Amino acid sequence: MSILVDEQTRVVVQGITGKEGSFHAKGCLEYGTKIVGGVTPGKGGMLHEGIPVFNTVAYAVKEAGANTSLIFVPPVFAADAILEAADAGIGVIVCITEGIPALDMVKVSRCLQGQASRLIGPNCPGVISPGKAKVGIMPGHIHIPGPVGVVSRSGTLTYEAVGQLTQRGIGQSTCVGIGGDPIIGTSFVDCLRLFQEDPGTQAILLIGEIGGTAEEEAAAFVNAHMDKPVVGYVAGMTAPPGRRMGHAGAIIAGGKGTAAEKVAAMEAAGIHVCRSPAEMGVLVEKSLRRR
Amino acid sequence: MKIHEYQAKAILGEFGVPVPRGRVAGTPAEASAIARELGGTVVVKAQIHAGGRGKGGGVKLAKSPEDAAQVGSQILGMMLKTHQTGPEGQQVKRVLVEEAMDIRQELYLGIVIDRSVGLPVIMASSAGGMDIEEVAQTRPEAITKVHVDPATGIQGYHTRKLGFGLGLTGDTLKGVADFVIRLYRAFEAKDCSLAEINPLVITGDGRLLALDAKMTFDDNGISRHPDVLALRDVDEESPLEVEASKYNLSYIKLDGNVGCMVNGAGLAMATMDIIKLAGGEPANFLDVGGGASAEQIENAFRILISDRNVKVVLINIFGGILRCDRLAEGVIKAVRALDVTLPIVIRMEGTNVELGRQMLKESGLNFVNAETMADAAALAAQAAGAVHS
Repeated sequence: MSILVDEQTRVVVQGITGKEGSFHAKGCLEYGTKIVGGVTPGKGGMLHEGIPVFNTVAYAVKEAGANTSLIFVPPVFAADAILEAADAGIGVIVCITEGIPALDMVKVSRCLQGQASRLIGPNCPGVISPGKAKVGIMPGHIHIPGPVGVVSRSGTLTYEAVGQLTQRGIGQSTCVGIGGDPIIGTSFVDCLRLFQEDPGTQAILLIGEIGGTAEEEAAAFVNAHMDKPVVGYVAGMTAPPGRRMGHAGAIIAGGKGTAAEKVAAMEAAGIHVCRSPAEMGVLVEKSLRRR
Repeated sequence: MKIHEYQAKAILGEFGVPVPRGRVAGTPAEASAIARELGGTVVVKAQIHAGGRGKGGGVKLAKSPEDAAQVGSQILGMMLKTHQTGPEGQQVKRVLVEEAMDIRQELYLGIVIDRSVGLPVIMASSAGGMDIEEVAQTRPEAITKVHVDPATGIQGYHTRKLGFGLGLTGDTLKGVADFVIRLYRAFEAKDCSLAEINPLVITGDGRLLALDAKMTFDDNGISRHPDVLALRDVDEESPLEVEASKYNLSYIKLDGNVGCMVNGAGLAMATMDIIKLAGGEPANFLDVGGGASAEQIENAFRILISDRNVKVVLINIFGGILRCDRLAEGVIKAVRALDVTLPIVIRMEGTNVELGRQMLKESGLNFVNAETMADAAALAAQAAGAVHS
C-alpha cells in the first residue's frame, strides 16, 4: 500500500511544453506513471512527447480522466495554476515550482480550505510510491518498494535518506516532499495521519529543518495519535539566526525555529532523532527491528 | 530584501501613513540645510539596515542647523556597531534628518505572515520602543494579535480589537484604526514579509506618527516590484553573497574553515551539521541548486575559495537532475581554471556516479574521494585541522 499516489494515479502536467515540465514529464512516464495529458494554454490539440496537450485542466479531466496534477509553471503564474487544478476537481495537486510569493500562497491556502483537493508543495520534489507511480522530479531508480514512509521539507536530503534506506534493502511505501516554503499545502501532520492509516507503512522517517513550528506540531501529533515508530532528523543545527538558508521557509526568526527546539520537542514525543544525517538509515532499520 | 528607514518612510507616505517631516543627507552640509528648512530641534539618524542604532550612538538630537552639521559629521562615515552588525560594524553613508517630536506615548505595531496558520498577522502592543521579541517572551499578554483573511481583507473589527487592546479611546482610537488600515495596505500591495512601526508615537498634540519604520520584502515577490528592487543597497550585504546572487547561487558566509558546496538547501544544511559533528567548522552555506551547469560550478568554486579562511573544500552532491559526470566535469574544469591548491574532498552519489568518480580519478588532480557523508566530513575536518597546525 501507499499514500497519495499509486496505480490509479492519472497525471496531467501543467506547463508540459516548458523545459522543466517537458523533461520531468518524460521522466515520470519512463518510470511507469500514467501521464494522461498536459496543459499549455493555446497549445491544446497538439501532442508533446506523445502526450496530448489541453488548453485547460478541466479538459484534461473531462477528456483524459486526470485525477492528479503536476505543476511546473513559473512562480508568478503558479497560484493561478493551483487554483485552476482545484477548480477542475483534481484530487492531488503537486506543485514543484520554487519562488511563489508568500502572499499568493496565503490566498491559495485559504481558498483550498474545505475543498476536496489536496496540495503538495510548492517548492518540493513531489511524491513517489516506488514501483507504482512517480509524480515529481526525484531520481526514481534510487527507490525500492517497502514499508517505510518518508516525509520531508527538503529535496536532495530526502534522496540521501532514501539512498541510505535502499542501500540497507529497506524499501519505501511513499516518499512525500512537502516543500521548503513557509506556506505549504500539506503539512507533516497531514502526512503522518495518512501514514498511520496506511496498512503498507510500518515506520516513518520525518526530515525537518529550521524555521517555523511544523516539527513541533508533528511531535504533538505523534505523541497523541500514533503507534507506528517515527524516526526524525532536523537539518540546520549550525545555521545562523536571521538568515534564509536556501529555502524560503528555512529561517530562524526572532530566536524561534531553531533545530535544538525542534529536536527537544520531537524527542519528548518519543521520536528517535538522528544526531547525524548519516544515521537516518541505521535508525530506521533499528526501529523496524524493534517492532 | 531589506531597505533603509528613510526608504520605508517614503513608501509608507505614499499609502498615507503619517511620518515625521524630514529628508536624507549624505554630507554634514546637507544635514545642516535640512535642519534649517525644518526649523527647531531635529533628530539625526544613521541609515544602516541593522537595528539597535540608537544604543550604538547612531541617533542624536541637534538643536540648530550648526549642531546638525556637527552631529552629522560625527555619524556620517562612522563604523556603527550594534547587536545586529557583527563586531566590525557597518559604515554609515547617509543620515535621515527629521523634526524632533514631543512624545506622549509610544506604541508598537507590526505585520508579518504567521506561517502556522498561513495568514498575515497584525500585532500591537503598548510596549512601544522595546524589543518586541523580548515582550513576546516575557509578557505575551501585552501583545494583541489579529489575523487577516485575504478573502475579506482588513475590517473594522480588526482595528477595534487592536485599538481597544492598546487601551485607546476617542480620536486616538480612530487614528490608530486608520493607521493600521494604511499600513496593512502597504504590506499587501508591496509583497512585504515584515512591516514594523516601532515606535508608533502619539504626540503631545494628539497626532499619530511612524517614528521609526522597518520594511522587509518577500524575495519571491520582488520581481513584481521594480520600484522596490531599485532600493536595494548592496553596500549593506556581504560582497561574496552579492557576487553569488548574480549566478543564482545561494551562499551564506560563516566563520569556519571547511568550505562546502552542495546541491539542495536541506542537504547543504545537513552537510554543515555533519562537518561540525566531525569536529570541523563550516565556512559557508552554498547551494548550487538542482540543475547546476559546469559554468555555475566554476563560479561557485571561485566564490567559495575567495573566502581566505577556507582550508579545505568539501563537495557533497546527490545527483538526481544534476548528473555526477556533469558535476565532475565542472569541478575538474574549475580546479584547472582557478589553479586551486587546497585539498578537495568529494562525495558523490546518484545518477552516473561511477562515471563521475572515474573522471575525477583520471584527471590527475588531487581529489580525495569519500564514499559516505560521514567519511567526507571526517576527511574534511581532518584536512582542515592538519593545515591549521
